[in-house]
Amino acid sequence: MSDLVSQDLNMIFTSPKGEHVHALKDITFTLKKGELLTVLGPSGCGKTTLLNIAAGFLRPTSGKITLGNNEINGPGVERGMVFQQGALFEWLTVAENVNFGLRMKRVDPVKTAEKVEEWLDIVGLKGFGNTPTYQLSGGMQQRVALARCLINDPELILMDEPLGALDALTREKMQSLVLKIWKETGKTIILITHSVEEALLLGERVYVMAPRPGRIHTEYKLPFASMGLDGDLREIKNNKEFVTKREEILSMIWDMEEEIMGKEI
Amino acid sequence: MLTGIVTFLIIFAVIGSILYGQKLIKTEKTDAVFGNPERAKGGVHWVILGSCFLLFLWLYYSWDIAKAFYPKSANELCQVAKVTESLLSLKYLFPIEERQHKSTAIIQRENVNINDKILAIQNAHKLETHDKERFVRLLNSTQQIIPLLTDEKYLQLETKNIISDLTNRIKRLTENFPKDTYPPALSDEAEKKRIEALQKQRGWGATGMEVPPLPETRVGLKFHTAAEELNKISDEFFSMRNHHPKYLRKVKAIIGEIKRYKSGLDDGQELEMTYIKEIKKLGQRIHYASIFPPSALDALEQSIRDFDKVQKQEQGAIRVRDILFFPGGTIVSSGPTCAEDGPGRWLPKPSDTFRIFGDLLKPSVGFKMIPMLWYEMMGVNKIVDFFLPDWVADILPGRYPVHTSYGKVEPNFKSRVLDIVTGNFEAFKIPVPTGHIWDSFLRVFLGLALGIIFGVPLGIFMGLNRFAKGFFDPLVELYRPVPPLAWAPLIITVFGIDNVGKVFLLFMVSFSIMIISARAGATGTQLSKIHAAHSLGASRWQILREVIFPNSLPEILTGVRVAAGMCWGTLVAAEFLAGTTGIGFVENVARKYMQYEVIWITIFVMGVLGLLFDITIRKIIDRTIPWRGKG
Repeated sequence: MSDLVSQDLNMIFTSPKGEHVHALKDITFTLKKGELLTVLGPSGCGKTTLLNIAAGFLRPTSGKITLGNNEINGPGVERGMVFQQGALFEWLTVAENVNFGLRMKRVDPVKTAEKVEEWLDIVGLKGFGNTPTYQLSGGMQQRVALARCLINDPELILMDEPLGALDALTREKMQSLVLKIWKETGKTIILITHSVEEALLLGERVYVMAPRPGRIHTEYKLPFASMGLDGDLREIKNNKEFVTKREEILSMIWDMEEEIMGKEI
Repeated sequence: MLTGIVTFLIIFAVIGSILYGQKLIKTEKTDAVFGNPERAKGGVHWVILGSCFLLFLWLYYSWDIAKAFYPKSANELCQVAKVTESLLSLKYLFPIEERQHKSTAIIQRENVNINDKILAIQNAHKLETHDKERFVRLLNSTQQIIPLLTDEKYLQLETKNIISDLTNRIKRLTENFPKDTYPPALSDEAEKKRIEALQKQRGWGATGMEVPPLPETRVGLKFHTAAEELNKISDEFFSMRNHHPKYLRKVKAIIGEIKRYKSGLDDGQELEMTYIKEIKKLGQRIHYASIFPPSALDALEQSIRDFDKVQKQEQGAIRVRDILFFPGGTIVSSGPTCAEDGPGRWLPKPSDTFRIFGDLLKPSVGFKMIPMLWYEMMGVNKIVDFFLPDWVADILPGRYPVHTSYGKVEPNFKSRVLDIVTGNFEAFKIPVPTGHIWDSFLRVFLGLALGIIFGVPLGIFMGLNRFAKGFFDPLVELYRPVPPLAWAPLIITVFGIDNVGKVFLLFMVSFSIMIISARAGATGTQLSKIHAAHSLGASRWQILREVIFPNSLPEILTGVRVAAGMCWGTLVAAEFLAGTTGIGFVENVARKYMQYEVIWITIFVMGVLGLLFDITIRKIIDRTIPWRGKG
């Protein structure tokens, strides 16, 4: 029942000079519980705006977005968010970061500690609980951010280019981790990325967005995510169908970029 | 004694450090990278070299090395200075240190003055012609008395005799001065008196006099006696007048005419009065100057030159010590006393300074009856009285007891509470720090603490809220740029010269700094962190406490460091203005009484206290915000 439903979502920003920017136009989609959606598109197409609206940080100019029966009207615990740079609280240790949400809710500390252990184990950070956050590497920080978000047991997980700042090797490991978590928890996930490969690899569904005004350009339903749950990610990348899809989407994005550049010149 | 040992230790430390450093530099030659931070790590040996060099400079330029190795050198130099001083006025008569004979210079100057005056009178429009003629005639006859002074034939026999007598006395002094028999032995009684006076004389330096004047050594006595003799000669010479009867007759005639003219003037003739007075003054200057014929004093001049040469030779070792151990100045004499003239005067000797510092630290001595840093026993009741306000008792329900018809007062609960909050009970005593240093420290601490307590919340509020920023910004920005000392007179008038005024002044200083730093910290919080906290379910208050506050801590603590430094500076200046305790007060009083040692001690204490403050805050910073610069 807790599907994410977006109806005719519009977002218009007004710059200080009075110019209007149509960031999102008539976005309508439905995301069923347990689906993994990746959103792809050139810069400035409104991906992050969409995510911020879903998280409740922004209110849409018109239209409405609902999770289950509740209209989204502000940030909430049921929608967890993972940021590009982790956005960890560097004055706290790993465990204190992970249990932040539970502490804010004043959950019993003993229970909290158990849950923290559990989640640190899942994200592969067992034994790092007392490490100060500023001593972690980029990949480890992202793992902490994931655990911090998941410990609250949200219905929907929003990821804003979570793997964008990582090196290729770490990135691959983290992609497996995301898939693993998706499988084990059955959460609904929206993941924004600027890597076509990542979008294809992780997305059960993929939206390619187009800019000015920001809109959903094309929608794909792909089998690779389910394949990746059991198989080797590198094999999938060499899959013929995967390569064709990748080239198709890449040329599509290139066309969009050229269109913008042409307009500007 | 101690200073001597320290001096040698310092010299050894300096040489050792340099040699060790040289050895290290040789091993460093393999590292070809200029600016390698590893190289800038320094080393204890360079620290030793630096501090020893500084200490040595202090010892040397305060003339403490001279005092340690030649304790009597200042006394001897004082005797030499006495001779130099006694010779001074005689030397000025001749072209020894001047260019001309004094007589020549006076005649030249007065001729010019008289001619100038004649010109001025002839051009004065307001003067009557007959007055002009009279004035010019008077000036001309004044000018004509000069030849009566400079002509050899008007030099009287009596004057000649005195001159040759003085010359012979100097010659005899020159002859006797280098001999071992000089000065001749005094009579038993006079010698006994001299030794008695000598025993009463106190030492050189802050313990006694600036420089003890009575000669303590044999060489010193020699110079002292010669100086006395020369002073007598000098006095006799300058009381002698080269006035021939013919000269005196002429002078008398001029004075007579001036007197007659003056008595003929009435009150309205101020201009004429001024002129005649100036003419009289010109004449007097010539009359009282020691003008002699050109070669009348040649023999005297030669004898003085000879004596000067001999006394300089006799100075010998004293002179060497003066050059080596009294850098930047020497001992000078003025009448019966001697004084240090140079860095030895304003740069106190380390030995004196440490002894005075030791005295000041003694709780029984202190400064102005207040110790520098000590403790006193204070009853707990007084502390309770200080911290608990009296209205605590007033707001309790009920009434204070009323006396009964038997004339007794029964205490009730309310009056008992009042007794506690006013400290009206018996209690044990605990030690509480006290003294000048503690007072200064407490003021800075309170000012800083109040500034933090009020400034940080307001600053964070201003960093988050548009209304608060706009509302408080003009208030803060208007008073902040004004130097705190400009506020001082006003605040001292309002709050009094006691602690309240000073703490408030320091509060103003730290308050604005804390507002600005807390505001910068709050504004600088990354939006994604606030977003994260929001979606983790934190309330506004929780975000403020758990995210925004810790995130602004680096800026806040940097602000505390800056504010502490500013508070120190302001405090000392404020204590300079008014007050009866504190380091600044000590320095101000020491300045009034020219206690250079105390001034330097206060400067040193302030430096150390400021440093301790800063080190403490730095330690706190390292401990509380280890993530800074590593995020």
